[in-house]
Amino acid sequence: MEQKNYKAINKSVRKKDAMQLLLGKPVYTEDIAPKDALVVKLLRSSHANAIVNTIDTKVAKLVPGVVDVFTWEDVPNERYTTAGQTYPEASPYDRLIIDRHVRCVGDVVAIVAAESEKAANKALKTIKVNYEVLEPVLDFRTAKDNSILVHPEDNWVAPCEVGGTNKRNLVASENSEYGDVDKVLADCDIVLDRTYHTKAYNQAMMETFRTYTSYDRYGRLHVISSTQIVFHVRRILAHALGIPKNMIRVEKPRIGGGFGAKQTAVSEVYPAFVTMKTGRPAMLVFTREEAQIAGSPRHEMDVRVKLGANKDGKIRVLDLYTLSNSGAYGEHGPTTVGLSGHKSIPMYTGSLEAHRFNYDVVYTNTMAAGAYRGYGATQGIFALETTVNELAEMLNMDPTVIREKNMLKEGMLMPAYYNEIASACALDKCLAHCKEMFEWDKRYPVRDMGNGKVRAAGLGMAMQGSCISNLDVGSATVKLNDDGSYNLVIGAADMGTGCDTILAQMVAECMDCTVDDVTVFGADTDASPYDSGSYASSTTYITGKAVEKACEELKKKMSEVAAGLLDCSSDEIVFEGKTLRKINSGESVTVAEVGVKSQLNNDIITQASASHSSPVSPPPYMVGMVEIELDKMTGEVKVIDFMSVVDCGIPINPALARIQAEGGIVQGIGHTLFENITYNEMGRPVESSLMQYRIPTRLDMGNLKVEFEHSFEPTGPFGAKSIGEIVINTPAPAIAHAIYRATGVWHREIPITPEQIVMGKPDN
Amino acid sequence: MEITLTLNGKKIMDQIEPDLTLFDFLRDHNCYSVKCGCETTNCGLCTVFFDDTPVLSCSMLAARAAGHRITTLEGLQDEAKEFIGFIADQGADQCGFCNPGFVMNTIALLRENPDPTDDEIRQFLSGNLCRCSGYEGQLRGIRAFLESRRGK
Repeated sequence: MEQKNYKAINKSVRKKDAMQLLLGKPVYTEDIAPKDALVVKLLRSSHANAIVNTIDTKVAKLVPGVVDVFTWEDVPNERYTTAGQTYPEASPYDRLIIDRHVRCVGDVVAIVAAESEKAANKALKTIKVNYEVLEPVLDFRTAKDNSILVHPEDNWVAPCEVGGTNKRNLVASENSEYGDVDKVLADCDIVLDRTYHTKAYNQAMMETFRTYTSYDRYGRLHVISSTQIVFHVRRILAHALGIPKNMIRVEKPRIGGGFGAKQTAVSEVYPAFVTMKTGRPAMLVFTREEAQIAGSPRHEMDVRVKLGANKDGKIRVLDLYTLSNSGAYGEHGPTTVGLSGHKSIPMYTGSLEAHRFNYDVVYTNTMAAGAYRGYGATQGIFALETTVNELAEMLNMDPTVIREKNMLKEGMLMPAYYNEIASACALDKCLAHCKEMFEWDKRYPVRDMGNGKVRAAGLGMAMQGSCISNLDVGSATVKLNDDGSYNLVIGAADMGTGCDTILAQMVAECMDCTVDDVTVFGADTDASPYDSGSYASSTTYITGKAVEKACEELKKKMSEVAAGLLDCSSDEIVFEGKTLRKINSGESVTVAEVGVKSQLNNDIITQASASHSSPVSPPPYMVGMVEIELDKMTGEVKVIDFMSVVDCGIPINPALARIQAEGGIVQGIGHTLFENITYNEMGRPVESSLMQYRIPTRLDMGNLKVEFEHSFEPTGPFGAKSIGEIVINTPAPAIAHAIYRATGVWHREIPITPEQIVMGKPDN
Repeated sequence: MEITLTLNGKKIMDQIEPDLTLFDFLRDHNCYSVKCGCETTNCGLCTVFFDDTPVLSCSMLAARAAGHRITTLEGLQDEAKEFIGFIADQGADQCGFCNPGFVMNTIALLRENPDPTDDEIRQFLSGNLCRCSGYEGQLRGIRAFLESRRGK
């Protein structure tokens, strides 16, 4: 590994906004929106599939304080998607702002705008809706080619060919194969054929969806929203509202968490529509119930794995089929599913002779799914890693040993990963390191504690990507000020992860200044250079590289200005951080002097912008090991220790990388043991509050230990890859494995609840 | 109805609706540190002090505060500054939305038990949810603060 002595990189710098956040300063959407904004409330469908026959808003409009009420008759009839993705948009145009045909419980039936929350809520209660109730499709296993169509409409549009058609309830489908899968399967000593089921999960970020809109001083729509994707929101709003993009400005303040939920424009369009109709500022804040039942959760998936192996544990062939439930709308449906295969199968590149990956993504009359940290990889990795654990247990082989035999190693060509080469891969070192740290050999054997409780261990490996290759664009602008400090302007969105700080560390490293010398601004569609936004684990890897490029460019411009001051040519100037020196001389000017000169009789701008895209998406890698204590009487599972080792390349900020890992692991523990989204027989979501949808508390997670194995990614900024998403992928396979070790039962559906454990019933 | 109370050390009088929650009252009075995460008393984000006891302001009527002292993080900036740097050093502030409730309850913990064990910290703060940090960084931060204070 290439190890350099960095000044600002690989340092645990405090987040730039930390003290503001910890002191409770008003920095979020709802804190900065003017108090006189209209309160926007949404009347939501109580039926999973129905047509609005009549809707009577007369009384609602008479409620004192109510400004207006809008229904399907008031909105444009142009379908759009709320998925925040780069061109070409992969998700189908299947939404209207308000659709007469409601396709899930929670679908919007009316928009109320009022002077106060009280008046808005009162108005909601007085709207009379007469529905023609239709039979819903609730089971995603019966959705494809069902006679009931979720989207029977004629103006459904697929802007991209992704193998979908609304006439079959199909959002997308694809088949791909490498090598002769059937032939290798027929030649294997053992073939395991297993299906795993992962549920939808809510991101449950602490700040729900919320947006403020008003007209700015030029008569343009000004949107302040809690979003990860300011530029995509601008495009989505222009499309949905039928107005030009240049009449919209979108900015984000601080964001109270996203985890992918805010990679979809869940809340923006409603207040924007109200502002357009009334001319007045408007604000929509989702209640927790709305965020729970009308959010943008993970895609529920069935992943069927056929694994062919030899008796010696050599894994020769993998055949995956994924069925993904996109819910009532197709946001992120065509893309999440791909990761269930593309980011699981390559981990076994070391021994694979052939692989196949097919999928279908279907519509149902349930909550529309979206982007959630892990984005399909989480589901595929639970399935594949559990299958490998099943193989190991069946062969009586240590599951770490079976992985050592088959795993991906640095330098290998990955046919299952777009033929990319694993240029930086310390997965083998992560496994060895974790095994030693966890004391695997000591903890793997099951121990009966003699009090009805059993201790057992399990493990899982994971990978992810570091961007969407050949698609994502990250950009940065860096400019010099007259005191020698710098401004960094970005379009990426810091949602708490610390990317503002991490990117500032890169500027500090490039410009040889302190992180405090760098001021960060983002993100605002009027002011920021274009950036796809913060998702797909891409900000450090993609926008980081753009920062590096912009700094190189800025140094050239500063050298030109310095050359003018020192009366030489710019290639005679050496950039030395605080000063720019004329080569072979003691003559120099300070950075501040160059900054002052740039503001005085000057025609060389001391500002540079750069964009970056990558032809590859180098995977980070991770190994997670868990020890649980399982109560045989009650089925309760307590996580004792969760230990993991991550290879995210060179961590730019080790403290923030560690927190990413810890936070992701705890979310993964929640998904594995108790978080769940279920529906009643009418299609109504049951877990409508944090009382029912229980996310982990401090008492649910045991001890966490995260360490790093460094690889150096040559295409990344300072050797960095990504960390934001991968960290959620190991808890499910590791805990399911440990539960098998303790009980002898494989649970192939998560969450695995105490009831299921006590009943001893596997799910398939 | 009319109520009088002490908010962050200042005596104030206000006309309120009887069904106004303390949470809405406080945000109306520019105490923006007070956040709402759930509306069902599960998340701890809206924690404020009623006299000196931490309460969830989303589930208390403003009328009940009449004649009492209400303190939000706006009123405890100096006490918070004693330890929050240690949380920041861990990067555990993350998105920050849960921070005010967490900081308020940590102040309550440290007032009640100046030298808590890890388990006492976890127990006391178990009602303060955080979706970003995985909690360990917050714990490390509090522990680092306690150790530095002990070293002084």
